[in-house]
Amino acid sequence: MKVSGAVALSAVLALAAACGSSSKSGGGGGLTLGLMGDLTGENSGIVIPIKNSAVLAVDQYNATNPKTKVTLKFYDSQAKPDQATNLAKTAVKTDKIVGLIGPAFSGESAAVGPVLEEAKVPSISASATNAKLAGNGWKYWHRVIANDDVQGAGIGGFITTGVGAKKVFIVSDNSTYGQPLAAKVQATVTAAGAQTQADVIDPKGSDYASTVNKIKPFAPDAIFFGGYYAQAGKLVKQLREAGVKARFLSGDGSLDKGLAAGATGTNADGSLIGCPCLIDPTGTAGAASKTFADAYKAKFNADPAIYSAEAYDATNAFLAAIKAGNTTTDTINTYLSTINLPGVSKTIKFKPTGEVDANDVYIYKVTGATLPLLGNAGTAKVTP
Amino acid sequence: MLHDFIVQFWPSTTDGLALGSIYALIALGYTMVYGVLRLINFAHSEIFMIGTFASLGVINLMGISTPLGGIALVGTLALLIVVSGTVSGASAVALEYIAYRPLRRKGASRLAALISAIGASLFLQQLFARILIPWWFGLPKEKGALPIQGRFVQREDLLTLGSFVIRSDKLIILVAAVVMMVVLDQFVVRTKLGRGIRATAQDPETAVLMGVNIDRIVSATFAIGGAMAGVAAALYMLRFEETNYFVGFLLGIKAFTAAVLGGIGNLRGALVGGLALGLIEMYGASIFGTQWQNVVAFVVLVLVLMFRPTGILGESLQKARA
Amino acid sequence: MTMTTIKTAWTALADPVRAWWAGLGRLPRMGVYALLIFGALLLPNDQIGSFMSPYSDWQGLLFFPIGGYILLAIGLNVVVGQAGLLDLGYVAFFAVGAYSMAVLGKIYHWDFWEIIAVGIAVTALSGVILGAPTLRLRGDYLAIVTLGFGEIVRITAQNTAAIGGPNGMNGIPHPPNLTTWAFPSAQPFSALGLSGLTPFKYAELDSRPYYYLMVLAIVLAIIFSKRLANSRVGRAWAAIREDEDAAELMGVPTFKFKLAAFAIGASIGGLAGVLYSTQTVSIIPDDFPFILSATILAAVVLGGSGNIPGVMLGAFLIAWVPERIRFLAEYRVLIFGAVLVLMMILRPEGLLPSRMRKAEFAEGTGGMGSMGGEVSTSKKTVGAGE
Repeated sequence: MKVSGAVALSAVLALAAACGSSSKSGGGGGLTLGLMGDLTGENSGIVIPIKNSAVLAVDQYNATNPKTKVTLKFYDSQAKPDQATNLAKTAVKTDKIVGLIGPAFSGESAAVGPVLEEAKVPSISASATNAKLAGNGWKYWHRVIANDDVQGAGIGGFITTGVGAKKVFIVSDNSTYGQPLAAKVQATVTAAGAQTQADVIDPKGSDYASTVNKIKPFAPDAIFFGGYYAQAGKLVKQLREAGVKARFLSGDGSLDKGLAAGATGTNADGSLIGCPCLIDPTGTAGAASKTFADAYKAKFNADPAIYSAEAYDATNAFLAAIKAGNTTTDTINTYLSTINLPGVSKTIKFKPTGEVDANDVYIYKVTGATLPLLGNAGTAKVTP
Repeated sequence: MLHDFIVQFWPSTTDGLALGSIYALIALGYTMVYGVLRLINFAHSEIFMIGTFASLGVINLMGISTPLGGIALVGTLALLIVVSGTVSGASAVALEYIAYRPLRRKGASRLAALISAIGASLFLQQLFARILIPWWFGLPKEKGALPIQGRFVQREDLLTLGSFVIRSDKLIILVAAVVMMVVLDQFVVRTKLGRGIRATAQDPETAVLMGVNIDRIVSATFAIGGAMAGVAAALYMLRFEETNYFVGFLLGIKAFTAAVLGGIGNLRGALVGGLALGLIEMYGASIFGTQWQNVVAFVVLVLVLMFRPTGILGESLQKARA
Repeated sequence: MTMTTIKTAWTALADPVRAWWAGLGRLPRMGVYALLIFGALLLPNDQIGSFMSPYSDWQGLLFFPIGGYILLAIGLNVVVGQAGLLDLGYVAFFAVGAYSMAVLGKIYHWDFWEIIAVGIAVTALSGVILGAPTLRLRGDYLAIVTLGFGEIVRITAQNTAAIGGPNGMNGIPHPPNLTTWAFPSAQPFSALGLSGLTPFKYAELDSRPYYYLMVLAIVLAIIFSKRLANSRVGRAWAAIREDEDAAELMGVPTFKFKLAAFAIGASIGGLAGVLYSTQTVSIIPDDFPFILSATILAAVVLGGSGNIPGVMLGAFLIAWVPERIRFLAEYRVLIFGAVLVLMMILRPEGLLPSRMRKAEFAEGTGGMGSMGGEVSTSKKTVGAGE
């Protein structure tokens, strides 16, 4: 045991040293930005595009030979709040980051927020949408994506006006993300006079039959699901196989080609996904979006996915602050409070609470393996 | 609430039986290993997971372009059952050989074996999520945790009477599960190997004195239990047509619950427990909402055990133990 | 071959220490205890931290998961190691403690010190509520029922809007500051890395004050657990663990003592929950998954079920190693799982088994019943299931 311990330990140290040297390449008088999220765990499929975008933005910035170079450091929280807080403490105490991109999810954001607040380090999340986060009175916390309440209200309004549904069934994955979003959609469509019923699915399970059995006799015009695309795909598949043909809608967590793949065949066609983000993997939404999508594809050999445009914007907000000569956490935070930066997903501008100013919700329509933009949730219409 | 239950009664029943059949087949592995070794084989859920990927591999290899129905589907399913059963059975034997046999040799406590099982379970899950799935399907490694699809089933409604609908896939699952159960039961009752298993379960020392090779019996037990998980995996693929590295976790816990509910160590108990648990979950969900489905299942388990402390049918693979 | 060498080396290391300790008198033992506690207080040092945890905040890790797991493992050890009851849902008590702190502190604005007492009482009660209907069950029936209880608690928290549902609760208050006194920036404090430390001021960035609270909780739990083990209760537990039927025949009210083990184990888990919750400020139901129960159980067994130093060592390793090997990124859990299997194969009795357990092990049961199908050593299978 003792012998093996020593051997293992030296191996550990050697590897650690190797890692340390490779990540210090930026070094020398520059500033460090942190990025936190589940980089290797079961949710890393959602967070890696965020990481890629941040890398892209920082590389592009450093390539312009700026006065202050920026290094990006990664904190793999596994989306676990207890790991996230300890990593955040290292980030501010040891690594002296000047800003944090993330944390990616809402649960970890709630835990990390107070730490960053006391350390006076600004953060911008690209993907934590839980509405309650903004109610903590944090001065250093921001996000570049509209919260679940904004999104829920937008999608809810679209369901009753754009889709014209009178009976809506609401499903959630009962998670920190899906449940509040679904609840807001339900409240919105109920207020607009629609009849609703609700149920949940277990994201760890695979048989959604009990939920399908509730939806079928209710005979809804539309079904809204609050959750991620891996489950959304399965749900659509099981609904269609049971003969439920109602229009399927979901939120930003389902804005991925994986939805259509999981639903198999043409099951998901015509489904509508609302998102407070203007993204488009094919880059037809606008010039900035196209440039970003091309650069992303060229660098990572993959299409931009959910939250990648937001992460790009979040990183660029920090970089703009640094470019303007701000080198301390406090001046960067002050800069962020008045920032007005045209980004890929939207114009980056924050409210005093840290929420992003833009409130637009866009609707995307599943068409085969693509997700073309249908329009703004307030004005978009679908033909029945 | 009661209204929901009545409206959803028939769909809940058929879905409960389909789900319960899969529970029952997985439960067999828990129950057999428990009967012989009195070990909760926590890694059994991963044996099931491996079986789903074996089926997926066959589906991909066959390159099915249009979903199958009728005889073609039954034939394909038979192939999946054979392949998944073999792969899962072999994996279970390997698992026993690596993770449990050394402990058994040392006469280690069942608690140590349980921890070894948990370790093996984590290892197998991660092996698939991090290494095998990305490599096999050419995915970036962060996508190894996402579900993978393989579509091959054409579903047909065979009989419709109001809300009572018999759908082809659910019927096949139920029939296949009952058939496998009967075959296995007869195997354990009638064959020499089956007698060896029962003898070992009942009294290992005497079994040895009677010339039973314990190691062989244990391997056979794992092989049979694993093969049944493989059958369950093939049926699971028939029903859901997709899998992921985590697929065994919840099903495994439920199947173990089913085994205990029916009477752990009892083969018929696994069938009864599995079907009962499937129905309880679906009925419970229809009455209280799906968010309470698992709570209902566990509360019923506690209630049953309070009145029948060894499950519905009691323990019988090894009738009177030490 | 190498495995055998490693094993021999470990035994050669552990046995003299054990012998030396056994020969020590009462007073020197007290001295060693005092030294250990003093050492624990100096542990959150940056120099130690830079080696022990280069990737994550060492002081934070010391509080949770390291300190938290140790406290949980000591609590679970009462149930599993001392009374021999297999509990697969121990995380439920951790959750009940954490939610007690959150509800009483956030909604009712109770004081932290009051909540500690009430939180312990509430979790003890939840242990009794779980135990009363289920403790007549044996072995693995109990295991699945406790597993179910863990899930019921988590799902109920998730489905109850009054305690936040899936959002959980945030804004949980910290303990009130006892004093804002700080260590002066002078020797010997600067050499020990204590300068400027405010040990009784509870804020966000500095985890050390919470860590000291955790150390206090662990010390109290150890004393409590040790005293119990050497009392009539401890002997009754040993009897139940060894042979429940025989214990019952000898007049040990087994049910009562099993219930007591559950309540005591639960209350220690609840204490850990209260401490966790007050430091981390926000909790969600997903913080309390089944895998955490399994992890703590693994810590107990890996260290040496029944032996407190062993259990603490096991918990430390299980909490610390995954953080120390962060550079392995996505392969961490893979390797962790493999190591767990390997450790069980090499040392099924745990790293530091209790003496009694070692004897039981040599006898072939390891105190928790051996597996069936093994003939050469076991004369009689004890414990669960029959």
